[in-house]
Amino acid sequence: MKKREHQQQVFLSGNEAIAFGAWAAGVCFASAYPGTPSTEILETLSKFSELEAQWAVNEKVAYESAFGVCIAGKRALTACKHVGLNVAMDPLMTTVYSGVNAGFVVVVADDPGMHSSQNEQDTRLVASYAKIPLLEPASPSQCYLFIQQAFNISEKFDIPVLLRITTRVSHTKESFYIDRKRENVSKKRDKNPKKYVMIPGHARLRHLDLEKRLLKLEKFSEKTAFNKEEINNTKTGFITSGVSDMYAREVYPDASFLTLGMSFPFPAEKVKNFAKKVKKLYVIEELEPFIENKIKQEGIKVIGKDASWYCGELSPSAVKKIVQLKPNESKTIKARRPLLCAGCPHRPTFYSLKKTGAYITGDIGCYTLGALEPLAALHTQICMGASIPFFEGMGKICKNEKTIAVIGDSTFIHTGINGLISAVYNGAKGVIVIMDNSITAMTGGQQNPATGITLQGKQTKKLSIEAICKALGVDNVDVIDPYHTKAFQELLKVRLKEAKLSVIIARSPCKMIDRTKKSPFQINIEKCKKCGQCLLLDCPAITKQEDIIKIDENLCVGCGLCAQLCKFKAIEQRKKT
Amino acid sequence: MKKTFTILFYGIGGQGVLTASEICALACMNEGFHVKKSEVKGMAQRGGSVESYVRFGKNVYAPLPEDETTDILVCLSTEEYLRMKNQLKATGKDLFSYLDSADKAVGDRKIFINTYILGALSVFLPVKEENWLKALDDKLKKAKEENKQFFLMGRKKAQNDI
Repeated sequence: MKKREHQQQVFLSGNEAIAFGAWAAGVCFASAYPGTPSTEILETLSKFSELEAQWAVNEKVAYESAFGVCIAGKRALTACKHVGLNVAMDPLMTTVYSGVNAGFVVVVADDPGMHSSQNEQDTRLVASYAKIPLLEPASPSQCYLFIQQAFNISEKFDIPVLLRITTRVSHTKESFYIDRKRENVSKKRDKNPKKYVMIPGHARLRHLDLEKRLLKLEKFSEKTAFNKEEINNTKTGFITSGVSDMYAREVYPDASFLTLGMSFPFPAEKVKNFAKKVKKLYVIEELEPFIENKIKQEGIKVIGKDASWYCGELSPSAVKKIVQLKPNESKTIKARRPLLCAGCPHRPTFYSLKKTGAYITGDIGCYTLGALEPLAALHTQICMGASIPFFEGMGKICKNEKTIAVIGDSTFIHTGINGLISAVYNGAKGVIVIMDNSITAMTGGQQNPATGITLQGKQTKKLSIEAICKALGVDNVDVIDPYHTKAFQELLKVRLKEAKLSVIIARSPCKMIDRTKKSPFQINIEKCKKCGQCLLLDCPAITKQEDIIKIDENLCVGCGLCAQLCKFKAIEQRKKT
Repeated sequence: MKKTFTILFYGIGGQGVLTASEICALACMNEGFHVKKSEVKGMAQRGGSVESYVRFGKNVYAPLPEDETTDILVCLSTEEYLRMKNQLKATGKDLFSYLDSADKAVGDRKIFINTYILGALSVFLPVKEENWLKALDDKLKKAKEENKQFFLMGRKKAQNDI
């Protein structure tokens, strides 16, 4: 790309490029709940003073407050990861009927390969299910352009627009040029019950209208430059979307391409025309055979992929294998095993929880790592907020066996509260541990209502987790520092014996936030009996090399948990020099 | 330069892998190349595997290269070295040997290992010294002068080795 006048060179990730593009499109408001790989979109937007960006308690709330801004007449955006969109599906499905006032865009980041997710659902399928136009940029520079056009499409066709990216687009950085100009779109607040009150009588008409809007969008999809044909030879043609386009071009630069930047509504005529121009037609797409099935529905002969490729992330080498009709051989992941950080407060919590022998229902967060050996003290993890309802359900059947729910502070606020209300209302008994590390940790340390700090780092009203639990009617609410292992274990014993519903808030800050380091610990080799008790804590600072147990002083933050547990008093804190 | 050039940076979280790849990418951009850089960060923040590809040229397509086609390997961790060594192409350049000289040069100030290695790397890329120094200046917030010193030390070492 060549620099034009008034342009500025940037080196941005896909997420940052979306934020810069949204700013240029005149977005006035953005709301989201953090979720890898989408988190940096809002973090970048928060740096622009001309717009308001905020963390919401969950994706549904984020979607709805952004949509309120859209009805009020200003461009708005919400962003989430693929599984986050599940939480926001309710407003998504019906705002497509109602349509928009000012432009409204939903950015969804899928995670093929599950770098940091519990499934690899393909959001493109949501587009055809929800009947929402779908844009798919393949690189950061395209993110910047597509997001701006997405707002225009939203307003022109009176519909929310879905901009779908993947981890590899979100977290790739690219050098390109941008204009530093910002649009200004301002409309009157739209007071139009026939559009925004979706009672059956209104909704039936809006559904009919939606089908008309989709026909117009289909025509647009046939003509738009988002769907770009490039004929380089007549032998081989590729139909691609998203980052897969880049992979295919990398390995087959001389082939012909039809890149679908807008794959829903599907440009069937354009695809038919392209198919006629090449002898052999391949479709290269990550995850589900979304485009492949649509091509086949049109009766066009196309070479797709083996079902094993519905799993995992593609790469240039993977594209070669698909073209050679080879299956996806599951590779063993060679990366280091993920561990809770040194000094992580979840470690003493799990250490104590394990001693109870209870079945532990877990939730989404760093603490999911507590499921792995040797801590092995977490037995379920499915989706945000499920720990407390799972605990409640299990309690109905396994009345004489212990069950404990664990959930983080941010996840509790996200969708955990609902489960707790239901548990109280329906008479559940037992112990729920809220692992409060005072931050949304797993996505890199974002603020939430319980920290009392906004996305911009400003003080705001602080939610008291203990006050909320009491107000909901929980019988016992205790707050304890999990590093006081004896007191914590004693409290667990007492509460587990009672026929009451108890919440224990295990409160100690995340070590990525509270960076204060105490003097590190060392192992006194003369006292060490090599019993291996400290190794069971799975601390990255403690290792065993050639029969000698060592503490890495650079990693140790001096939490002292290992020293607390050593029966031989062989772990000593280094005296400050 | 017609083809896309690929450098793989990898190591363990906390060693400055991503900072090094970012500085390299910025230096290539300053030189006028089109650059793409991929990152994969481990789920655990510190102590997890970290890898980052920097690819530059006239027009870069994929953020990831084909398997076993990496031109230069920059590994910052002895423990991790074997994990991705096979990504280097047969005629590629492995800078692993500079890890030892970097370790000696920085003493107990391990945070400068990455800039020393960048200095060694700089000798093998078609990027002018001034564009490297500008990238260091733009990216680093702390200890700019010391970082530049260690960069130049690594650069000199590699120049003498050629």
